[in-house]
Amino acid sequence: MKLIATYLIGVVFGVGISISGMANPAKVLNFFDIAGEWDPSLILVMGGALLTTYVGYKLVFGRNAPIYESHFYLPGSRNIDAKLIVGSAVFGIGWGISGFCPGGALPALGTGRWEVFVFTIALVAGIFLARFLSKFGASKETKAARI
Amino acid sequence: MIETAFTPWASLAGGVLIGIASIMLMLFIGRIMGATGILAGLFQPSSASDFAWRAALLAGMVTGPAVVWLVSGEMPAVETPMSTTALVVGGLIVGVGVTFGSGCTSGHGVCGMARLSPRSIAATVTFMASTFATVFVIRHMIGA
Repeated sequence: MKLIATYLIGVVFGVGISISGMANPAKVLNFFDIAGEWDPSLILVMGGALLTTYVGYKLVFGRNAPIYESHFYLPGSRNIDAKLIVGSAVFGIGWGISGFCPGGALPALGTGRWEVFVFTIALVAGIFLARFLSKFGASKETKAARI
Repeated sequence: MIETAFTPWASLAGGVLIGIASIMLMLFIGRIMGATGILAGLFQPSSASDFAWRAALLAGMVTGPAVVWLVSGEMPAVETPMSTTALVVGGLIVGVGVTFGSGCTSGHGVCGMARLSPRSIAATVTFMASTFATVFVIRHMIGA
């Protein structure tokens, strides 16, 4: 039951992304191009999603726990550090170059368009590259600490 | 550049559906609807059931365009004005950025902002500004 519910939630997300225009790089890039042929549609996507979620979360967090789990899995980290800001700035550069963000690309795989697969494979490679880089950085730090 | 039409109602409806899916994921299994976290966790699941919910959610997402096609008779548009090189380079950069930044548009921009998380607000302001700047440089300074 849990997996069926999760699958159906994925379908709702996929339909939302599909009709919103977030899966279409041309539309995404035109939103970010205020100096050109500006397409403001994405304000409504993000505004609609944010307001809906804000209200819904208030109701959900009135419960002690989710329906199928014993507790909510919420990020514990609270501090705004350089890693968060630099990482987000880097993400913006990639989004501006490709026109795809992860949430737009994953449902778009279902259109069968090869461009989406190319982007997604590169995205996964980037995730592994970042993990490798942070492991490398961490092991260097431990070595430095030992010395 | 490919011209696109302003689609207020479809975009608003899509946004509300994204919101409903985010609420339901939290209500049913207590998880943040963040594409980055869901995808990254799939390659390093903490258990078999952790892998299962991620795979089920992803399978649902990928079904989305087919549902739109069944209802409307048209596949959602995916128009790519950029080169294959830009897709590969952009994809790699996005992967690195969202991993260090701990999230993307769905995780920080929708779920985190809805929780009024200071981290998510800072991340969202940063990546939106960075994307605006990147598109400006590419289209109006380099002129691609």
